[in-house]
Amino acid sequence: MSVFSPATRDRFERLAASYPQPRSALVPMLLYAQDELGYLPPEAIAEIAALLGETELAVREVIGYYSMLRTAPAGRYHVQVCTNISCMLRGGEEVLAHCQRRLGIHNRQTTPDGMFSIEEVECMGACAWAPALQVNYDFHQELDPAKVDEILEKYRRQG
Amino acid sequence: MPETPSKPAPAAGAPAAPAEVHFTVNGHTLAAAPGTLLIEACRAANIEIPSFCYYPKLSLQAACRMCLVEVEKIPKLQTACTTVVAEGMVVHTETPTVHAARKSAIEFILTNHPLDCPVCDAGGECELQDMTFRYGAAVSRFDEPKRHRDEQQWSPVVYYDRPRCILCYRCVRVCGEGMDVWALGVGNRGILSTILPNHQDHLECEECGMCIDICPVGALTSGAYRYQTRPWEMQHVGAICAFCGDGCKTTLGVRNGVILRGDNRDKNGINGDFLCVKGRYGTDFTRHPERLKSPLVRDASGELRPVSWAYALETITDRWRGIQAAHGQFGVIGSTRCSNEESYQLQKLARRVLGTNHVDHHRSADFPALFDALAQPAGAAAQPLPQLADSGALKTAKAVLLVGGDPTQEHPLLAWNLRWAHRLAGASLYVLNRRDIRLRRQARRMALLTHGTEADAVRYLAAPQRGDPPQAELTAVSPPGDKRWPQTPPSTPQPIPGGLEEFRAELAQERDVIIVFGPELTGDAVQALVRFGASLPGHTRYIAMADNANSRGAADMGLYPDLLPGYLPVADGAARAHFAAAWGGDIPAAPGWNQRQMVEAVDRRELDALYVVGANPFRLDPVNAANLKSCFLVVQDLFLTETAQAADVVLPALSLYEKSGTVTNTCGEVQSQRRGGSFEGAKTDMEIIHALARLLGADFGRPDADRVFSEIRAQVNGYDVSLVQLMAGRGALAVPRDGAAPRQAAPQMIRPNHDSLFTAGTLGRYSATLNAVLEKHSRP
Ligand code: SF4
Ligand code: SF4
Ligand code: SF4
Ligand code: FES
Ligand code: FES
Repeated sequence: MSVFSPATRDRFERLAASYPQPRSALVPMLLYAQDELGYLPPEAIAEIAALLGETELAVREVIGYYSMLRTAPAGRYHVQVCTNISCMLRGGEEVLAHCQRRLGIHNRQTTPDGMFSIEEVECMGACAWAPALQVNYDFHQELDPAKVDEILEKYRRQG
Repeated sequence: MPETPSKPAPAAGAPAAPAEVHFTVNGHTLAAAPGTLLIEACRAANIEIPSFCYYPKLSLQAACRMCLVEVEKIPKLQTACTTVVAEGMVVHTETPTVHAARKSAIEFILTNHPLDCPVCDAGGECELQDMTFRYGAAVSRFDEPKRHRDEQQWSPVVYYDRPRCILCYRCVRVCGEGMDVWALGVGNRGILSTILPNHQDHLECEECGMCIDICPVGALTSGAYRYQTRPWEMQHVGAICAFCGDGCKTTLGVRNGVILRGDNRDKNGINGDFLCVKGRYGTDFTRHPERLKSPLVRDASGELRPVSWAYALETITDRWRGIQAAHGQFGVIGSTRCSNEESYQLQKLARRVLGTNHVDHHRSADFPALFDALAQPAGAAAQPLPQLADSGALKTAKAVLLVGGDPTQEHPLLAWNLRWAHRLAGASLYVLNRRDIRLRRQARRMALLTHGTEADAVRYLAAPQRGDPPQAELTAVSPPGDKRWPQTPPSTPQPIPGGLEEFRAELAQERDVIIVFGPELTGDAVQALVRFGASLPGHTRYIAMADNANSRGAADMGLYPDLLPGYLPVADGAARAHFAAAWGGDIPAAPGWNQRQMVEAVDRRELDALYVVGANPFRLDPVNAANLKSCFLVVQDLFLTETAQAADVVLPALSLYEKSGTVTNTCGEVQSQRRGGSFEGAKTDMEIIHALARLLGADFGRPDADRVFSEIRAQVNGYDVSLVQLMAGRGALAVPRDGAAPRQAAPQMIRPNHDSLFTAGTLGRYSATLNAVLEKHSRP
């Protein structure tokens, strides 16, 4: 029994076959797995390890190394706020503080309804439009508190 | 992870690489083979380069930066552990810049290190402590609070203290590359990095403790030893492991006569760095509460009661004299865990004093068949057998054929050496087995037999025209060099059309093969194996795998009903005359009963006395208790085993760790050891044997191992080994010479224990640590 959808499972098999060393496919597989499941539960780790002929420990080593990979669920909308240098100079820390106040949670926490979670992150390559944040894969830039409220409200309405 | 740089093979047509490169270190001109690491070249020249993460024969890590040196014309400092020497290189290792770099490296390593040396197990034998003392600064510029994490227990054996860990990754590498277990990993990143066990909060592994041993600090500590003592409070005594037949040197840590640990701190035994779980942690059987502390004699009510030594010994010899006077039958069963000297004296007692050839031991390899097969044609001058390999030869072997057995479980040192050869020397390993053993992962080719036995397959290899080949699935596995194999086997067995024929054809391409075989081969199958080995190109050598610490010694010393010491047939008049002269008395001519025949004789009430030394024969051959009444049974052991429980007299013996003497490993390497622990109330087997002989009117002299070993060197085939080598703590290979008559093999008496990593016949039951590890109970 796979924890993944048939499409994802197919994709994994193709990925694993497309490198001289199957384990080269590990990082992309983990990202796709997390997109599908929201996080990386033990069953997913075991399945990916078996697919690549690696130990579960080897998979966990990689997950631990990359901070964007997680083994516990996040909110449906994962709000990633940059406080790296460009964003910091242009108010990134205020944006983070505002998100925390507005959602009533701290960094790396999830709202009780499971809707939002917050993570303080390093540079996301949007420096030219700092300060920036990313919700799942969507970018939002040139932020101020009012704009943040609007963005959060939009996601809340989407449900 | 960077790989250990191997010497690049010169391309065809390219000029041959120079034999040596020349370079200068601190003004001295040095030379080394091309490809040598700077750190090794310096150490060979006695130039100190401090290091933490570098460990010889493991992949390079360059994690600690402790080994930084200045190399002229390179602006930045270089890590000596990854720099390969080059012609004309000019290196400085003692400049102010290098000193400052070392100071900073220590300061950085100590960022979160608690420096709790006063309570740390490693205190006194810690590389970080030594280096901080020698190279460190007195103060640190880091004033942030140190990160603390609680210690974690990963298994009964392995504990991890994250704050002490300096992230050198030696543990990760030795577990993966050396043990091929891959149970440790690295979690997180940067300052949050931590070592992870394979099952999140605990380990499931071989519990070998290699990771603990290799840890330069006190981050990994052993549950069996932690907080018991400090290293400087112990005596460190070199001993030979009392468990399997591989004969690892283990350094016992002894305080007030109590053995607190086994380890191999000086790494100069035949096993180098290696010890398995038994050699490292099994020593605690010496402290088991059920150890016998006083002789026991069965009284009129049928109970075993404690008595004095004098009373017990006289009880025995009084009964024995009575049986002798009535021309009764004596049987003697010796041990696979006593010293050579004790086995030799025991069979002397049997043959010369008790007048019986009913002598045997628990056999687990057919050594007589091997030496018979290797014997030179009649008429040729007696020559040492050059066809035996010692355990170290496996490390440099070009090709090895492993038939039967499961070294990973039963012969952990041989398995370590085979993995070494695969990993570092690119050796080709061929495996022939009915079971899908773990060493398949290192095999170039495995013949997994689907029908028939290893013996059938070997007979077929030796003479293919006779009979159909037993069916085999041949499994090809990854070539040597693929170092990161997973836990799961790399491929599923695939039948290969060529079958064993193809296996043979591939082997015929190899030269100088070492053949290692298990107890599946006995009698004529061993003969067939040697015929096949002789057909291979080059110089074929052999290792037979037997179970226990001195199984080989018991065989060499003549604990056989039909063979005298050195495999001389008892039926041979000249051989008897040789030993009669040495022992000053006659030896009975007729071969005696083997172990099973002795037990059957007990059941027929034909055996009047049975003397069992360090063995548990009734576990293998149960006897009817009623029939025992007519047999006077004396058992000498550490514990009240099944056999001892049935005895009339029980004598408490000291263990191998508590006596001096020599033992011979399964390859034939003789090693000597000195007494490590002591135990109140018990005596060495030799003291007991000598005391019994004296009471029976025979003088065996002082029970002194050195004196008896001199006799063995003079009298026993192959044992005139180099004393210098023995005293240097190395193994000296004993090579029994060619004998005159064919040996009488009794293949059905080869009854291996099939111990796992965590069991050791009767003895293993008494080790608390071996019993505590989860894998003993969870693995088949
Ligand atoms: S005890 Fe041995 S097998 Fe277990 S983690 Fe340590 S090195 Fe690996
Ligand atoms: S536990 Fe010991 S051997 Fe392993 S990385 Fe830490 S300091 Fe090195
Ligand atoms: S491999 Fe054998 S001899 Fe070596 S430590 Fe283990 S049990 Fe002892
Ligand atoms: S610093 Fe924030 S996106 Fe680059
Ligand atoms: S020994 Fe060279 S970097 Fe650690």
